[in-house]
Parts: sequence; structure tokens; C-alpha cells
Amino acid sequence: MTEAIRQPDIGGPAQPMLIVRDLQRHFVIRGQTRRRKDVVRAVDGVTFEVAKGETLGVVGESGCGKSTTARLLMHLTPPDRGEIILDGEKVGDPRGVSVRDLRRSVQMVFQDSFASLNPRLTICDSVAFGLRVNGQPATTARLNADAMLRMVGLTPETFSDRYPHELSGGQRQRVNIARALAMSPRVLILDEAVSALDKSVEAQVLNLLLELKERLTLTYLFISHDLAVVRYVSDRVVVMYLGKIVEVGPVGAIYDRPHHPYTRALLASRLSMNPKQRISAPPLTGDPPNPIDPPSGCRFRTRCPIAEAVCALAEPRLARVDAAHDVACHACDAGSGHTLARLTGMEGA
Amino acid sequence: MTDQTLSLPLTERPAAIRPSTSYWSGVRRRLARDPVTMICAAILLVILAAVIFAPLLFPLDPYKTSMIRRLKPPGTPGFLLGTDELGRDMLARLIHGGRLSLFMGFAPVLVATCIGATLGIIAGYAGGAVNMGIMRIMDVFYAFPSVLLAVAISGALGPGIINGLFALTLVFIPPITRVAESVTTQIRAQDFVDAARATGASATRIVTGHVLSNVAGPILVYAAGLISVSIIIASGLSFLGLGVSPPTPEWGLMLSAMRQAIYVAPVNAVLPGAMIFIVSICFNMMSDGVRSAMDVRA
Repeated sequence: MTEAIRQPDIGGPAQPMLIVRDLQRHFVIRGQTRRRKDVVRAVDGVTFEVAKGETLGVVGESGCGKSTTARLLMHLTPPDRGEIILDGEKVGDPRGVSVRDLRRSVQMVFQDSFASLNPRLTICDSVAFGLRVNGQPATTARLNADAMLRMVGLTPETFSDRYPHELSGGQRQRVNIARALAMSPRVLILDEAVSALDKSVEAQVLNLLLELKERLTLTYLFISHDLAVVRYVSDRVVVMYLGKIVEVGPVGAIYDRPHHPYTRALLASRLSMNPKQRISAPPLTGDPPNPIDPPSGCRFRTRCPIAEAVCALAEPRLARVDAAHDVACHACDAGSGHTLARLTGMEGA
Repeated sequence: MTDQTLSLPLTERPAAIRPSTSYWSGVRRRLARDPVTMICAAILLVILAAVIFAPLLFPLDPYKTSMIRRLKPPGTPGFLLGTDELGRDMLARLIHGGRLSLFMGFAPVLVATCIGATLGIIAGYAGGAVNMGIMRIMDVFYAFPSVLLAVAISGALGPGIINGLFALTLVFIPPITRVAESVTTQIRAQDFVDAARATGASATRIVTGHVLSNVAGPILVYAAGLISVSIIIASGLSFLGLGVSPPTPEWGLMLSAMRQAIYVAPVNAVLPGAMIFIVSICFNMMSDGVRSAMDVRA
């Protein structure tokens, strides 16, 4: 890619790449009875920022709204509420950037490497599609696509005219990365992008991603359920539970000094490298509550070891416990009335 | 890797080291290995060629009647397949009738495929209210058995080839729409469609560039299976006196006229029916074969 195609840095380095405010998406589904309409609160008021050039990890168990958040960011699923600010410009605002521009600046790599490639198109045509849509003539687009393939480590001579079913999972995921980068985005959303790959290939693709990030000055939103991988790649981490952010902070703080009981449980569920150190009791029991009918107050209280009466009454706010480290838990919020609040607050200070 | 890879190589694209196997070449290979499908295709080709070219090459008169030569058995000199109840040459009538019968098989399916596929793809891709509107209208048509619907429509419009074609087309639009809608809905949910949307491509662009190539196969296979149904219903309409009117030769009409002679000359009477049977079973087997050849992944 030439520098001319690269999109300029508008707001300067201090301006966050992405500001997401109160993003919400509820899915209406047909209820059990004919009259009732149930609402799945997939993403329920999510607010966060992504700084330029950083990697923001998003973790949480299945169904907590990680992927929906990613789709909302690209307007693949339109949000019900909330705003997205891309480098200081509001998306969808007459004075800001259009959804089309947003989609060019933000690209996404999906988890299922096979489903995300058209089985009827050659690798090169798949990568070139986006370029042609954005006005490049067919031959130029194909040449550029070849260059993108080379950049992700696939020699165009061998791979350009192949079909997706002829490639391995790792190779297909490289193609998906090439396709996303062909749009010369500034932000790349990696939605479980390496989760389906086996470990050795996963490491190769991760290293490729880190290398590309340096070279193309990209900003990553790295969504994964794999805590070890998130720790390896991320600068900051967001922990989600049932459509809400429960904890956000620098990777070191989250992994070494987790405050939210859910984050602690999540980290305690990791397997140890030491075979003698086995996890006998599960850190959490039961399934996450039904997102159609989440518990009142704090959504984690039904599985929380330190839940008290106050947790059922009020929803905890994201409170600062440490430098750039916010936690949504009454036990960490001094004014909440939770008996542990003062104690934990002191610990944080 | 060096920064060189970032600049645009403005040379010609290098050729692939080994030619890649496309999806369709795989389908062709699997089809070639399927004897049943190949035999059916061969039979259909022979019938099609005979129906199209025989009247041009040989003097065949399907209308010349003769009271003396009525219901001659097959093998009579000059009348390879015998004669019908008015002494007309069966072979000539079967060949000329085949033109009309096959036309009545293809044409409605072709038109219905164009209309039905368009409606189905629109419904499947747009989803929501558009899907609801299109599919509920189709359901109304779908509620009637296809033969009954065809009979009702051509009964209302009156006999004639054009009305018959119109009725058949209308009968086939709903099922084709339904198939197109269901395959499009499946494709629509695939990540590669989202990836295409993420490039900022318009819906039309995504449909032509990504959806069409994936849904065309299943729709065409389904439509091929309908050709036999169309021939049968067309024959049925003629049999009931609603499609083609005598003395025009058409397989269904011939079957209807000859049924009075079934005890006198059973072989002659069964011939048009046998033609309908052979053609429709060959179409069915062939579309089954193509379907299974297309099902295999990778």
C-alpha cells in the first residue's frame, strides 16, 4: 500500500482512536407466549476508549456480548443507542464520518476462517473485492491483492488462484487478515481470530499480527476467551459479563490485581503450567443468568461469593480503583454501602 | 519480510505454479463418474436431438389421416411405431408432439426460475418485512396443490397453449422462490457476506459478487427437477382438454385420445405415456445426480 492510500491521523496522538459511549443493542425475540416479546440484552450500555496504537483485549465467557460489541462497532448490526467516535469524529453524524467511512477505517477478522471466505472465489478475488468496490480497476485490485497476500506471508504465485477449501485454517486466516488490511484500515477488530487455530499456527498468526501492527501503525481490538493470549497481546483489557463491562484496566493490573470477583474467578479458571497444581473446585458454579431476564442490581450477584443485599438493589457503577483501572463492583466502591467496600478501597489505594 | 512488499509491484501477475481446481471442475469430474446421470443425460440428448432435427431431415407428416390404416401395430412397414386411432403415423406424431411437450416443460420453468430466483434472492437478502411480504404471498399460491392450481388457472383463462404456459409459469414461481429464499438466507448469514458489507459494498454489489454464485447451483438443480413436473402437468392439462387442442400433436393429448383404444392396440396407446415417463424420470435422475455432485465439499 502506498502512503497516499493510508488514511491520515486527524486528531493527533492524544485523541483516542475510538470512543464508545453507552453502546446498547437489545435483540427482540419471540417469547414463549404469543403476546410477550422477550428482549435479549446482548450489549447493555458499554462505554470504553481505545487509544491510538494500543491493543485493547476484550475477554468474557460465551454470550457476554463480545462479538456483538464488535459487530456494533462496524455497524454490521446497527446499535439501538450510543455513539461511536472515530478519531474525534462522530459516526453517523452529519458533521462526523459516515458509516461507509467507518467501515473503511475499521476492519474485522472473523473467527471462522472458512465461513468468512466465499467458497466460489479465488483467494485473490476475495481480497480484491473490497478494493474493486472502492473504485480500483480489476487489474490494479488484483495486483494490490497479491501484494497484500505477500505481506501476510502467502506467496501470490502459489496462493492467488487457489480456492478457500484448498488452504489450511492458518492460511485461510492469513487471507482474512490480508482482506481486512487491503482496505488500509486504522483499527482492526480481531473477533476470536486465532481461537479456532491449533496452538503452533495460532502463535505464528499472532506474531504476524503483532508484526503488522508495528509496520502499519494499527490499533487492535482483540476479542478472545483465551486469557493467556489476551495477556500476551494486549496493552489494556476489558472484562465483560452479560452485556456489561465489569472491569477495565492495564493488562498488568487486571491480571495481577484483579478487583472484580468475576475477573478473579475468570483468572482462577486458567490452567496452571505446573501439573501438580490442579484445579479441583470450579471457581464459579452454574451458568450465567439468562440475558433475557438478568438479575436486578449487579448482574453477577447470583454467582458472586461476596454478594450482599445492596448488590440486588443498585447497579454498580464503573469506579476508579487505581490508575486507569475501573471496576464495576459495590465492594470496590467506597460509597456503595457494601461491607467490604472500605477494605478493598484501602487495598487499592 | 522487507518493506519492498508494501510497494505495488506493477508487473504482470505471476501465473500459478499448479492450476487450481475450481468448484465447478470438481462437480464436472464427479458427474463424469456417475453412470446413471450420464446415461440419463445421453437419453435426453437423443430425444432432444430427434425432436428438434428429425422433422427437418425426414418427411414426417403428423396430420395425414387414413381410415384404412387405423391402429396398426408397431413395426408395420412405413409406420415404425404403428398408427393412432385416426390412422396417423405415431412416430411422426410423437416427434412433433415432443417439440410441444418439451417446450411446455422448459419454457414455464425457465421464466419461473428468472422471476422466482429474483424474488427469492431479494426476500432472502433483505429479510424482515420484505421477506415477510414476498413469502406470505407465495404461501397463498403454495397452499394449493400444483396440479389443481394449474387446472384452475388455465380453466379460468380457457384452453390454449399460451394460457397453459402462463398457468404453468405461475405454478412454478412459488416453489422456486422458496428454494431461492432459503439458500439466500443461509448464504446471507455467512461471515463472508459480513466481510463484504464491511468493505462498504452496496447490497446489489454483494448479491452479484458473492450471493449469486453461491445460490445459482441449488436453484438451477431444483428448477431442472421441475422440468419433468412441468411436462407432466402440461400433458395433464392437454389430457383434460385445457392445454393444447386437437389435432395438434402433444404427448398428453395423444395419451388422452388413445385411451379409448387401449384394449384394441395397447402398445400404441401407451407410447405417449411412455415418452412422458422416460423424459421426466431422466430429468429427475439427472437433477438428483447434479445435486449430489454439487453437495460434496472440497
